[in-house]
Amino acid sequence: MGTRARPGRLRRAFGTLLALALIAGGAQGAILPEDRSDALYHLYTGDEVTVQGPSFLVRKSVGPNVSLSANYYIDFVSSASVDVRATASEYTERRDEQTVSADYLHGKAIVTAAYTRSDESDYTANTASIGISQDFFGDQTTLSMSYARGWDTVRNNADPDFEESVDRQTYRLGLTQILTRNALVSLNFEAITDEGYLNNPYRSVRFVDPTAGRGFSYQQERYPETRTSGAASVRGKYFLPWGASATVGYRWFEDTWGLAAHTGELAYAQSFGEDWTLEANYRYYTQTGADFYSDLFPRRDAQNFLARDKELSAFDSHQFGVGLTYEFFRRQQGTFKRSSVTLLVDQMLFEYGDFRDATDTGAPVGEEDPFSFQATVVQLFFSLWY
Amino acid sequence: MKMRTASLVILAALLASGCAAPQPWVKPYERANLAHPLMSLNPHPVSSPYIRHVHDAREGARGAEGGAGGGCGCN
Amino acid sequence: MLRRTAAATLLTGLLAATGAALPAAADEGGYPAPDFTLESANGDNLRLAELRGEVVLVNFFASWCGPCRQEMPALDALHQRYEALGFRVLGVNVDEDRDAALALLDDVEVSFPVVFDPTSAVSRTYEVAGMPSTFVVDRDGVVSYVHKGYVAGDEEIYQDVVRQLIRK
Repeated sequence: MGTRARPGRLRRAFGTLLALALIAGGAQGAILPEDRSDALYHLYTGDEVTVQGPSFLVRKSVGPNVSLSANYYIDFVSSASVDVRATASEYTERRDEQTVSADYLHGKAIVTAAYTRSDESDYTANTASIGISQDFFGDQTTLSMSYARGWDTVRNNADPDFEESVDRQTYRLGLTQILTRNALVSLNFEAITDEGYLNNPYRSVRFVDPTAGRGFSYQQERYPETRTSGAASVRGKYFLPWGASATVGYRWFEDTWGLAAHTGELAYAQSFGEDWTLEANYRYYTQTGADFYSDLFPRRDAQNFLARDKELSAFDSHQFGVGLTYEFFRRQQGTFKRSSVTLLVDQMLFEYGDFRDATDTGAPVGEEDPFSFQATVVQLFFSLWY
Repeated sequence: MKMRTASLVILAALLASGCAAPQPWVKPYERANLAHPLMSLNPHPVSSPYIRHVHDAREGARGAEGGAGGGCGCN
Repeated sequence: MLRRTAAATLLTGLLAATGAALPAAADEGGYPAPDFTLESANGDNLRLAELRGEVVLVNFFASWCGPCRQEMPALDALHQRYEALGFRVLGVNVDEDRDAALALLDDVEVSFPVVFDPTSAVSRTYEVAGMPSTFVVDRDGVVSYVHKGYVAGDEEIYQDVVRQLIRK
């Protein structure tokens, strides 16, 4: 299987590609991203979980060859999700994520270096990445590749002595091709390898226990210490002559934990005059469960690896979204060029195949209703170009 | 394995350089529609990392969501 | 595993192909500027051959191209600075949609003449390879400098070229 490739081989293949891209370079131009800033407020509600907060993104060029950007994104979480309701009590936490990146236009290529740090009371994640993007073939083809290395620290709020780590490596390859005057297609591949403590220290699995009052007990989850995944996606975008665009996308995913997933997306955007843009999208996601997932294990330590995290169970999800953008300021002269405000609202529905609601006390153990929930995501942001 | 990869790579390069590649068929001055903001692969740069996080936290799959290039290919 | 190798091979081939297919150096000029007659913004037709004896910077641009917009004030400054010495900028707008072109000229006012090439006939003849594209034509009607794209500061290169050609 493609996803079982060892990191060493991946690294070699990637190195060869990177070297070849640099040799084949010197062909056509590339352009740095536009200078703009965005201020976003986001709100997620579903399954008695609320996550909200701001995100600020600033991008500014420095001279003709360098563009810098910084993102500060905060999640304020208040959670009493079904897992929490079953085994613990409601909690609140805060996650801060900061990213800084620099793009350097060198001849005909753009080299990007980025660093991200994410902090929670019990988890710190660091990621550093380096990438190159280059236009070829009369600027009709854009090839990009990047490598990222991550190092995380996992802690446990209930146990000050607990500290574990995770190492991550990510290889990305992207190809965007202009097909016609009205169509382009983008192909992306991504391989990720994780090594280290991949469990969630708070999550538990349930197993049949005739001595327990409700017929089951909990024990801590146990995941393998390595995971390698591969994902490939294709996305086509079409311009429609009445001032609209249509997007069709598909993503394939597989990992060494036995999890396979398919994602499909459809999107449509329509502009009305110069000021208004309306968009609508639908996303379908389906996955099989991990090999070592079970809603209810037959006994304690039933197998080597144990998981009952619902993101490792088989499930389907549907996401419907609408968005509206209003552009209200346009100037040719002066510091600020234009600005807009955008509202995006998404409704999500998660339907689990083999994750049962353990808080359902009416049904015999293992025969509770499969869990499902709906969530709403609201994003409101202001954008300014300069 | 390494040998086979290397020989395949060399073969592909030889084959490719031996044949004349077709000329770009969408000329730089024909990219009005491709340059339209509606055709951007990442129209909302502040939203995309957020929504990716929303998905990553709830789904087993990850990766291959990015998109670079597109547009008018100006410059 | 085999699939991965095959994909890598394919990509490598593609890279090599795109690299090999492109000319080693950009178009350096040194050939007679193809003549054309196009309608100008004030309604009259403008013919390139009628400008013989002057140094002409022919600039292909579009309303939808960010760097083109950015470049226009710099071109206008160049035009005004050297107009009295027998130089002019000639803008060739490649928009299919005339309204979009006029809206741009409304936003960015320029004093140099602008003509419209909505069918891309002239763009094709000049083998325009980037947006914007600039061709500097000397007093004898010979293309002596070609420049693709624009990044801030490129106008200094144009100025050097134009100064030399004016002195000739």
